[in-house]
Amino acid sequence: MRLTARQLRTLLPALSLVVLLAAIFYLQPRAMSYVGFNLMLNLAIPIALATVAQMCVITVNDLDLSIGTYVGFVACVGATLLSGGMGALPVVKELQASGALPATLPWIMQTPLVGVVALVFGIAVYAALGALIHWRNLPSIVVTLGMSFVWLGLSVLILPVPGGQAPAFLRSLMTLKPAYIPFPIIAAIVIAILANLLLMHTSYGAVLRGAGGNPKAIERAGWSLLKVKMTMFALAGFFGMLAGLSLVGLTTSGDANIALRYTLLSIAGVILGGGEFVGGRISPVGAVIGAVTLTLAGSFLSFMRISPDWQIGAQGAILIIVLAARTLIDRAERRR
Amino acid sequence: MTRLAGTVSLLALVAALGAGTALADTKDKKIALSNNYAGNSWRQAMLRSWDKVTKPAVEAGIVAAADPFTTAENQVTEQAAQIQNLVLQGYNAIVLNAASPDALNGAVKEACDAGVTVVSFDGIVTEPCAWRIAVDFKQMGKDEVLYLKDKIPAGGNVLEIRGLAGVFVDDEISKGIHEGVAENPQFKIVGSVHGDWDQAKAQAAVAGILPSLPDDIVAVVTQGGDGYGAAQAFKAAGRKMPTIIMGNRQDELAWWKEQKDANGYETMSVSIAPGVSTLAFWVAQQILDGKEVPKDLVVPFLRIDQGTLEKSLETTEKGGVANVEYSAEDAQKVVDAAKK
Repeated sequence: MRLTARQLRTLLPALSLVVLLAAIFYLQPRAMSYVGFNLMLNLAIPIALATVAQMCVITVNDLDLSIGTYVGFVACVGATLLSGGMGALPVVKELQASGALPATLPWIMQTPLVGVVALVFGIAVYAALGALIHWRNLPSIVVTLGMSFVWLGLSVLILPVPGGQAPAFLRSLMTLKPAYIPFPIIAAIVIAILANLLLMHTSYGAVLRGAGGNPKAIERAGWSLLKVKMTMFALAGFFGMLAGLSLVGLTTSGDANIALRYTLLSIAGVILGGGEFVGGRISPVGAVIGAVTLTLAGSFLSFMRISPDWQIGAQGAILIIVLAARTLIDRAERRR
Repeated sequence: MTRLAGTVSLLALVAALGAGTALADTKDKKIALSNNYAGNSWRQAMLRSWDKVTKPAVEAGIVAAADPFTTAENQVTEQAAQIQNLVLQGYNAIVLNAASPDALNGAVKEACDAGVTVVSFDGIVTEPCAWRIAVDFKQMGKDEVLYLKDKIPAGGNVLEIRGLAGVFVDDEISKGIHEGVAENPQFKIVGSVHGDWDQAKAQAAVAGILPSLPDDIVAVVTQGGDGYGAAQAFKAAGRKMPTIIMGNRQDELAWWKEQKDANGYETMSVSIAPGVSTLAFWVAQQILDGKEVPKDLVVPFLRIDQGTLEKSLETTEKGGVANVEYSAEDAQKVVDAAKK
């Protein structure tokens, strides 16, 4: 049986992952173990979630350049407000030390609910951004680039110096050691299936993707494009929040600059996973695989003992190879 | 005959074992350096020192490997991944200059759980399972005042040059200086400027404040990288040259030497040597060797005095920082000092 080009393209992300895994196991047989998978892949969970968030925005032909700082903002909220309420903020602690505030704070200052409110605020801001971009027909790159500074500023306000402490439940969730299958693998599969169900197997999911492919048709069919954009941006905010929380669960404490790389990594992950910048052409499963592949590419290069000066270039080379393979497949498809 | 052979081989075995423990039990152990940044002269010198000390150590069979790894983007998540990869590569110890004091704790904990020794230095981590080789910047500031106390018992007016505002190091050194002055009230800080650890900035800042200061300034306390600039500012203003504490930069040492030759100028110079990476290496080696090492160690400062100036200047390259590589014995001394 010969594979069609379409099938090949769907399989390409998975294929690149398998090739990379094989190379890693060849270089470092030690990696082929429970501990090995845990160590190589646990940082892939937040990247995978950030990639899914980016994918939501890309679905409606937009780009989110603020996802990295937003994830950092969530991590800072998670390490302070969500674990000890307002009492965990460095500012409040300083005031307590100087005697301006009592040593035992009232309930309202200690409840982690403040953290939940802050996280919901983040998602609401994302939805509002979607609305703003649609209403005023603004380029999303400009709006989100601006927002990236806002998120960074907020993070620094919350946590002026790195610190804080992750809530215990996040810490224990991210260090789960289930029997037989390492937690990062389970998490990646769950994320992929959930995102896939949501966007590919619901009727509203089809509308959401359609808004990227042919917005006019969707509007004519009576759907509100404003609502679609707000939904997709809110979803991005939601998945970005999950990314930040899982990251702080792994690192145990926050840092405003913790996830700056995620902006570009998430875009690369989406594209590596078979998505396209325009046209609502996306693949949630591919995006998760793309994120995992990018993370593993780092491990692979490190195992290869490539000098760090070359590593960024080498990572780029891996991206180009995969994308070139996809272009070849696309060409084969068109020729038919 | 067989019995004799047996005894001989047993003796040989015992001798070999004895020799083995005397040298090191770490000859099959691998140590990695995880470094977050290599973009300035201090870090470059740090990496060169690492190579200079660890290569002979590997050749001599003290350890099996001592490989340096630097992350390309100075990012926390990148270094966390790097640490986890190093664990997978089977390193027994990781010597770490961390991008963040807190945010790498998760990865460090994973490494500890996998049985890897983690020794952090310069940029230290707070995770309790790791060792820390910290710099006591506060003591460094205090030492400057203590030197002045011996040199100028009568005391007098002092000008303070600080570093980059808002940075932890600047805060600590300044705290130490002020503490020292509080204990020695014959000294009085009459002015304080930010020189940002930069000769040109320090010169401009000092030139700006000098007209408002009294004529009898006896000393300038600094943080390193600013002493030469301060000297230029004093010279330009036509003032009497005070005792300026230096910070081990080559231009500072060269100026000091010139003055010393011309008019017997006396001062001292103090800073942290980039070779502290090699101290961390030896500490990691000793931990792997099964030695008892306290979790919190303190880096000795590299201090240059009137007598050691020429030698230090000779070994410091132009535009660089005076450096020193540490030996296993130095590490032992630091460990012993911490045990007390």
